[in-house]
Amino acid sequence: MSKARVATAWLEACSGCHMSFLDMDEGLLELAELIELVYSPLVDAKEFPEQVDVTLLSGGVGNEEQLELVRHIRPRTKLLVSLGDCAVTGNVPAMRNHIPVEQLLERTFVQEADLNPGAPEAVVSPLRPKVQPLHNFVEVDEYIVGCPPDAELIKFIVSELLQGRIPGRGVRSRFG
Amino acid sequence: MSTPSSPIRGPVEAPRQIRTLKIDGFDVSGRAEQTILQVALEHEIDIPRLCHVEGLSAIGACRLCLVEIRATGRLVPACVTRIEEGMEVITDSKRIQKYRRSLLELLFAERNHICAVCVANGNCELQILAEELGMDHVRVPYLNPDVPVDASHKQLAVDHNRCILCTRCVRVCDEVEGAHTWDVEGRGVDARIITDMRQPWGDSGTCTNCGKCVELCPTGALFEKGTCVAELERREFLPYLTAMRRTEQ
Repeated sequence: MSKARVATAWLEACSGCHMSFLDMDEGLLELAELIELVYSPLVDAKEFPEQVDVTLLSGGVGNEEQLELVRHIRPRTKLLVSLGDCAVTGNVPAMRNHIPVEQLLERTFVQEADLNPGAPEAVVSPLRPKVQPLHNFVEVDEYIVGCPPDAELIKFIVSELLQGRIPGRGVRSRFG
Repeated sequence: MSTPSSPIRGPVEAPRQIRTLKIDGFDVSGRAEQTILQVALEHEIDIPRLCHVEGLSAIGACRLCLVEIRATGRLVPACVTRIEEGMEVITDSKRIQKYRRSLLELLFAERNHICAVCVANGNCELQILAEELGMDHVRVPYLNPDVPVDASHKQLAVDHNRCILCTRCVRVCDEVEGAHTWDVEGRGVDARIITDMRQPWGDSGTCTNCGKCVELCPTGALFEKGTCVAELERREFLPYLTAMRRTEQ
């Protein structure tokens, strides 16, 4: 049996969901028998490849680059999973949503700056007005909630998806 | 005065009227003045709810206790609908689940419920209900309202980001404590709970600092100062107070 092609990425998130993924300990060895990790912050691939089976995305969409990445990924993966509260709800990054972006940048990079005041204009992608969940932009096949989701839960859902089952709301998990 | 006076004093109690009905196919009975929710709970049939608390008046604010009346197919809130003779009630179906889930999603979308950084994380009735009813994402856009936190009271605080307008605080303050510090201003999504005439809570002339509102809040909207993320615990006090008040009468 050929190995399933799995990818992960994080957008507007803290990396905690990936830490939780790594937290499945020896479960990683079992998973490694079944999957090939083709793109992830944990591996070296620079370009998101074609024909991926399962993609786990953590984090909401908070800037233009992230939106581009999500739209790039969707047609290249069979199944897309929103991993963690940020991807599903916006979560903590979305706490800026009621503040206009200019005001936010002014406060952070001008008023609070000790050196070189001024919002970044190059290299980093411009912020979008709000941090929003992935499913606002692309179709999502499975949601894993939790901040972060439990390692066992991630393992269970990934194993189910690899066997062609979509657990959906049959799995109980909690926000936060 | 020809009729002999009865030795028993006090108001004449009307004979209790009993109604029989079916809830989820089970034959049950209750007193005529009882609601569907009360009778269901007495028979250990649980119905999801957020605004209802035994011991306070029922208002049907959250609508999560919607049940179906078989004869008409109508959905009614179980907490404010009295039982009727021969009534057939369905408390759970695909249709009811669909409505309950939509209601929950609207509650989550209306304010800023960030469970991960909330004092009530792990001890929140809204969060637990979302898990129980299988709400894994919110399909409507989040409103992300700019709402304040009032920490002017010396021990207690209100975070409007987490308020679901169940009005348990308003009712317990009025009906049990007798202070009526809390009330509601505005309509629809602009409605907010307020203290007195929308003064800061710390300036309230009516608040007795009893903390009953905090103990009954289903989410992290009302809490004791100094409570950190996921630290909030509620103490059950209303059943005891209600029982004592009954004995007194």
